[in-house]
Amino acid sequence: MMNYSSKKPPPAIQADNLTVTRGHRTVLRNLDFAVPHGQITGLLGPSGCGKSTLMRAIVGTQAKVTGTLKVLGHPAGAPALRSRIGYVTQAPSVYDDLTVRQNLAYFAAILDPGRTATERRHENVTRAIADVDLTSHADALAGNLSGGQRSRVSLAVALLGTPELLVLDEPTVGLDPVLRRDLWDLFHAIAAQRRATLLISSHVMDEAERCHRLLLMREGEILADDTPEALRTRTHADTVEAAFLHLVDEATATDAHHKEPAR
Amino acid sequence: MTPTTNAHAPAPPATPRPSALNYSRTTATAARVLRQLGHDPRTIALLVLIPCVMLFLLRYVFDGSPRVFDSIGASLLGIFPLITMFLVTSIATLRERTSGTLERLLAMPLGKGDLIAGYALAFGTLAIIQSTLATGLAVWFLDLDVTGSPWLLLVVALLDALLGTALGLFVSAFAASEFQAVQFMPAVIFPQLLLCGLFTPRPDMHPALEALSNVLPMSYAVDGMNEVLLHTDMTANFIRDAAIVATCALLVLTLGAATLRRRTT
Ligand SMILES: Nc1ncnc2c1ncn2[C@@H]1O[C@H](COP(=O)(O)OP(=O)(O)OP(=O)(O)O)[C@@H](O)[C@H]1O
Ligand SMILES: [Mg+2]
Repeated sequence: MMNYSSKKPPPAIQADNLTVTRGHRTVLRNLDFAVPHGQITGLLGPSGCGKSTLMRAIVGTQAKVTGTLKVLGHPAGAPALRSRIGYVTQAPSVYDDLTVRQNLAYFAAILDPGRTATERRHENVTRAIADVDLTSHADALAGNLSGGQRSRVSLAVALLGTPELLVLDEPTVGLDPVLRRDLWDLFHAIAAQRRATLLISSHVMDEAERCHRLLLMREGEILADDTPEALRTRTHADTVEAAFLHLVDEATATDAHHKEPAR
Repeated sequence: MTPTTNAHAPAPPATPRPSALNYSRTTATAARVLRQLGHDPRTIALLVLIPCVMLFLLRYVFDGSPRVFDSIGASLLGIFPLITMFLVTSIATLRERTSGTLERLLAMPLGKGDLIAGYALAFGTLAIIQSTLATGLAVWFLDLDVTGSPWLLLVVALLDALLGTALGLFVSAFAASEFQAVQFMPAVIFPQLLLCGLFTPRPDMHPALEALSNVLPMSYAVDGMNEVLLHTDMTANFIRDAAIVATCALLVLTLGAATLRRRTT
């Protein structure tokens, strides 16, 4: 276990020896990492490396998790966390047979129930719709939206309350550059002004440059846990993409080397 | 889009986690389910019209023997809500599971009981509309001859609808696809339909089958309907039958809540 000085806030997420099995496969293997509070941490790695599984473990929807996983000071999945975390699944999870506004109004009523909160809920819903730039489609059925629009509705649900931790599984996939930039500006604003922690998985490497920290994963293990700058310096690469490829190639070569004698 | 201003959200509400049912979340869920159906008027029309059309057909199939229509018609008033609510609920919850909205909801501060009660409330409302129309049509236009009060028919119909909702919620946990969900209908409903006394009075069946029918809830639904058909007052048997159906519905709803897992593989 790492020790933190009293000045530094405790990490938002802390994993020790975290292992997850799905089916007969060990999808995450003995992970140790910490996600700092109030920053944007990017989660990168090849398809199938376990990013979504890790996020599901953090929000407490993944079964067969062993080891310790502490989120905002509680064990992952604790009931007290449910109103403090915003989560966006990789596939948009909204009701296709409700309008954008009806979708958000329902989830808002779950997060902030009661008649007295009606006004606040209405504000929250309108703001979340504006945040993802869907005001002109607020009364369209979610099922009639384009793929990118649907995933923005799904993202808006996570922006509804004032979560201290936002876990976003590929929130900007399939969106145009202008919207992606705006959303990243929003993520930074949320981190800076609300002191919220964001964990965002992505395949887009120029987005990685916009994170404060990066977790690079490969085959259920953490390859690197550093700032984008430090990663580039360490690998003598110009971009995070080059650094990432370098690290993956290096790991693949080491694997091949280690596996050779065993066979 | 102006992220700098938008990041200032209203103050977070203090939401202590409720231990039992949360009234607001339950009604919000029920309203959402009804709103979803509201965007699907054809389903509502089918739900409401099919029982009426079937009763109408039945009335003229048994044109020459109105006593048979009385008995079968009253039984069907109890069976329709059970079957339709079973189908609608099992498909609706399956869709909730496959669309990822269930995963999202269970990661939020929503109690499992709130979700289940919300569904029961929404489909119960729908069942009231369906049963009112069907009962009204049968009693006032098709001359279904009930000795007791038509209101009691409605009560049994509502309990049957709750039982159907409960069974639908329960089996949807074991269905991985819509194909499987639909197949649960012949598996769960048909045996009850055969044994509930609709085709032959239950005492006339083979003793083994009669014993089996004694533990199937639909038998009591049909018995309850027949009590209303034959007696002016609320009989002790009627109360027993209604209580059994209600208890079964609650029991299966509780089992359904137990099959909702927050953590999935
Ligand atoms: N329901 C499941 N049952 C068994 N194995 C699963 C299941 N879901 C995912 N897996 C396996 O777990 C591994 C990690 O999956 P995961 O979805 O976490 O990957 P990912 O990094 O998010 O990939 P992508 O970038 O493509 O979304 C994969 O090898 C996948 O085959
Ligand atoms: Mg994924």
